[in-house]
Amino acid sequence: MATITTISESVGANRIVPTVAIPYPVGDPALESKEEPLREELVERAIKALKTDVEKPTIFKKG
Amino acid sequence: MKKILYYVNQFFGQIGGEDQAHIAPVYKKEAVGPAMGFAKMLEGEAEIIGTLICGDNFFNEHNEEALAFIKDINEQEKPDIVVAGPAFNAGRYGVACAGVAEFFALEAGIPVVTGMYEENPGLEACRGISYVVPTTDSAGGMRKALPTMAKIAVKLAKGEEPVAEEDGFFLRGIRETVFSDKIGSERAVEMLLKRLRGEEFETELPMPEFDNVEPAHAIADMSKAVIALVTTGGIVPHGNPDHIQSASAQKWGKYDVSKLEMLKGDYETIHGGYDPVYANEFPDRVAPLDQLVHLKKEGAIGDVYKYFYTTTGTGTAVGNSRKFGQEIGKELKEAGVDGVILTST
Repeated sequence: MATITTISESVGANRIVPTVAIPYPVGDPALESKEEPLREELVERAIKALKTDVEKPTIFKKG
Repeated sequence: MKKILYYVNQFFGQIGGEDQAHIAPVYKKEAVGPAMGFAKMLEGEAEIIGTLICGDNFFNEHNEEALAFIKDINEQEKPDIVVAGPAFNAGRYGVACAGVAEFFALEAGIPVVTGMYEENPGLEACRGISYVVPTTDSAGGMRKALPTMAKIAVKLAKGEEPVAEEDGFFLRGIRETVFSDKIGSERAVEMLLKRLRGEEFETELPMPEFDNVEPAHAIADMSKAVIALVTTGGIVPHGNPDHIQSASAQKWGKYDVSKLEMLKGDYETIHGGYDPVYANEFPDRVAPLDQLVHLKKEGAIGDVYKYFYTTTGTGTAVGNSRKFGQEIGKELKEAGVDGVILTST
């Protein structure tokens, strides 16, 4: 889970979930009460990525 | 004429194979093995004064003793250039060549030429301090490697500076100031024009090569899977008990989080490369333990691995990062962890 996904690709990460920002990859303080659903979705997406077969570095976008 | 000292292992030193890998170093005042072919390529600029032969196991297991011997030979013979290998993809031989390079290049100040396959574990240690020619992974590439190595040795003997692009050795990762008669913007525009015209152009800043890692299989049954949480975001228990560096990390830490619902309350960030306000307020924004605990309670994952692993990613050397990754990966694998969420800032 990283914000600069090109770096993830360059180090050979195969399942990449793009995140929000460098100081708060899994969160967004500006969202206040809506931060939790966003965080939940991101981590669920990471779990989904681990359940998915990939052949090369793959970015798991929302939706 | 310049004097070259040659280093080989027991095999190329014609003493024997694996059964002789334990032999202590010996010195012969003649060219042995690859040094014989090498001697013929020196264009009268240098000569081989002798060959150091050491068993690969001996060099790695009795490193100090091996180096003490080599040091003595250096004092007796006072070579101008040292040539080691090529080691191809032989790991112990490559590490020994790197050890030889470290002594001569760093301590004795004598230039070292060697050759290795790109995946040889000795490469990282010596590419920055010696001239390492890329070779094939097996000794079949000897005929191609020796002339390239010899050409570099000849240049050194003549007092010339070998150049990676011309002389064909691994880039050393050394940045030097060079003067150009054109300023950067002119050179950039020239490069752009060449590109637009479809002409050849050469970048001044080659991009690093991408690592390729074979993807792990998908996790078949997530409801039974153990998931570990790892971060390079510098999240540590309050007070940073293991003194993990806030930049250029030299180590990583692991902490038992099996009794926690979230990192908030017990953890903070020591990362020196981003604004820490948001992570200190709520460290799970960087390492989402709370979400993993939640998924465990829901039964979506089997368990959260009891240890959380952490280090600082900013300014940390690639070599260290690789080492941390291998060490952490090994622990997680041995613990039977099925999947890892690695967050980076």
